[in-house]
Amino acid sequence: MSRQSNRTTDSKKMNSELFTLTYGALVTQLCKDYENDEEVNKQLDKMGYNIGVRLIEDFLARSSIGRCQDFRETADVIAKVAFKMYLGITPSVTNWSPGGDEFSLILENNPLADFVELPDNHSTLIYSNLLCGILRGALEMVQMAVDVKFAQDSLRGDNVTEIRMKFIKRIEENLPAGEE
Amino acid sequence: MADESLFEFLHMEIVSHIFNEQQSSKGEMDNKDRAACISLLEAMGFRVGQGLIERLTRDTPSFKDELDIMKFICKDFWTKVFRRQVDNLRTNHQGTYVLQDNKFALLTQFSSGKQYLDQAPKYLAFSCGVVRGALSNLGLESVVTAEVSIMPSCKFQVVIQKL
Repeated sequence: MSRQSNRTTDSKKMNSELFTLTYGALVTQLCKDYENDEEVNKQLDKMGYNIGVRLIEDFLARSSIGRCQDFRETADVIAKVAFKMYLGITPSVTNWSPGGDEFSLILENNPLADFVELPDNHSTLIYSNLLCGILRGALEMVQMAVDVKFAQDSLRGDNVTEIRMKFIKRIEENLPAGEE
Repeated sequence: MADESLFEFLHMEIVSHIFNEQQSSKGEMDNKDRAACISLLEAMGFRVGQGLIERLTRDTPSFKDELDIMKFICKDFWTKVFRRQVDNLRTNHQGTYVLQDNKFALLTQFSSGKQYLDQAPKYLAFSCGVVRGALSNLGLESVVTAEVSIMPSCKFQVVIQKL
């Protein structure tokens, strides 16, 4: 085993198995805490949202990416920079809607779902729903309201994992009353 | 390869979920409820530690004794999991080990010093479980506790349970 090797190249990189297994432990715990898959999905999304609203700051600080011109550029930044930086994968961006307000991220392999098999009694569990929450939370902090959901999931027998993102609106900055 | 800040955020969410869940079912939390949360986090870590050590020791020659295992935990395991080596390992040669990490990964987000010392246990329970799980799969049953006297340095005490 080549210990000591690429350790110094990037100190921010860590063992992804720790992340994957920890995430697995969380989902397992949520399945114990809640009665049905719906509730678990909702909770995962909520936790993701909490992560996203804070992660965006880390992302902007470290990537030094500026303002995106349009939603297409946003899509590229998410796939090529953000996913690469945090999960080490680069999903492909496809299936644009004619209006250019909706696209899909196709994940060839999903690091969250390594070592995972869904038991039969959890057929409606959206295992990686945390990702949707993260994307929604992060984009909300840069004034973009989006709808994010899993369209396909290889854990549930689909060929690939597909996250569908739909642009809803720009969030206008509302200054608190009395501040100008 | 995942990124450590993502893991740190995930860990924080897990801790706050466990505590919120307990709080919403009980209303007021007493020390017993807090202990229940801590042991739940520890149990989650235990399972993670078990899985991790299996993968990390795949290509490692077998260990010759207990101390050899502890050295592996302090060097290779700690580097893979907490991204640095343990700074100091002490033992009484009777099954008690103290692992000192002067800049523990999951405490670096706290302001240094003593201000948030009372918050430390809930952010260390998971890691204690990870260490205990790893040792358990290497054939050592143990009790792992953590102690912080000044952030972000942390002492893990491992007491091996002789059968």
